[in-house]
Amino acid sequence: MSDLTPFQTLGPFFDFGLIIRDGDIVAQPGAQGRHIMIEGVVRDGAGDVLPDALVEIWQANAAGKYRHPGDQQDRPLDTACDGFGRVATNQQGQFSFKTIVPGRVPGPDGKPQAPHLVVGVLARGVLTRLVTRLYFEDEPSNAEDPILALVPAGRRSTLLAKRVAPDRYRFDITLQGEGETVFFDV
Amino acid sequence: MKYPRPPAGTHPPNDSPGYRSTILRHPKEPLVIIPHTLSELTGPVYPYGRMEESDSDLTRQHAGEPLGERIIVQGRVLDEDGRPIPRTLVEVWQANAAGRYAHRVDDHPAPLDPNFSGAGRTVTDGEGRYRFVTIRPGAYPWRNHPNAWRPAHIHFSLFGTGFLSRLITQMYFPGDPLMPIDPVLNSIPDERARQRLVSKFDLKVTQPEWALGFTFDIVLRGSNATPMENR
Repeated sequence: MSDLTPFQTLGPFFDFGLIIRDGDIVAQPGAQGRHIMIEGVVRDGAGDVLPDALVEIWQANAAGKYRHPGDQQDRPLDTACDGFGRVATNQQGQFSFKTIVPGRVPGPDGKPQAPHLVVGVLARGVLTRLVTRLYFEDEPSNAEDPILALVPAGRRSTLLAKRVAPDRYRFDITLQGEGETVFFDV
Repeated sequence: MKYPRPPAGTHPPNDSPGYRSTILRHPKEPLVIIPHTLSELTGPVYPYGRMEESDSDLTRQHAGEPLGERIIVQGRVLDEDGRPIPRTLVEVWQANAAGRYAHRVDDHPAPLDPNFSGAGRTVTDGEGRYRFVTIRPGAYPWRNHPNAWRPAHIHFSLFGTGFLSRLITQMYFPGDPLMPIDPVLNSIPDERARQRLVSKFDLKVTQPEWALGFTFDIVLRGSNATPMENR
């Protein structure tokens, strides 16, 4: 057995090392599925925005298939949707991704989960990675999602992206305090 | 691949008030424990395609050579069973020899080096090995507390086998007197875990009349061991 290497903070000076062009494009224009923009702001416990956070997302394609050898489902890959996005917040604490609504993927018992993205948040002052999920507020299948069911009912809304236009969803991330986003122990 | 929960003390608690910036940036509500589904068990394995030779040699990214002590930093990326993780992306970023980042927000009054950007990337080979040529970074002051200085370090970013193996960390240098008083390093509760972030001077990696060598092996989450063999 080998012992794990510990986490350390991302620090404030990462973007010249980690940010490349088009990190916000998760699905190319030719990808299957409903094309959307996801946008939001990252805030701290004082309500101030984080101008130095890194937001990463991982998702399935429209068929509910992950581009990863661990996904053995007999479903098609989509070369125009690689599923990974990584962006730094700007001076106003904002981030955005161009992607598609993912298909449903199996949950722990094999039953389908509601469409969702897994989200990682890293920043100066964050010593590990904060992990959350983004669901879509207008998805009826949220009601039967096995992971949402584990979240106290009063806090579930922090995981629901709001549909602010036909092709735009808003997903704010609050690290602490009022409206604190639900983070997961994975 | 399975991803056992990390042993207590390995990772820093997000609420580590000695590192002042954590005070308003850690969740106060308890984390919600969830099972690992296909969403967590998959992940970006190799997100970016094209790699150039100068990407892993930070001393050859500009017209001239950067100032400072040239070093080689190499090691292996392994899973928790000690098996190598081949073809995985390793990204690094760091300050220059004077302790200054080539970043608009860094206002430390130390010189920038026109021949050093301080960012690199590479991909592990079939045995999980990576190698960078760079400049030994300088220590630098920060405003965490009076007369606060960060020990010299190189930031590392790794993906590994799935979403759960993702790691962001910092590599330190042996014998640095700033390590025992650094709130970031000491946010890790377990002393042995802290020591795993300290690279080892390695004469076998050192190239005669050219550069000192340091070895830094990295172990990411993930195990194929059966539960009987697990911790």
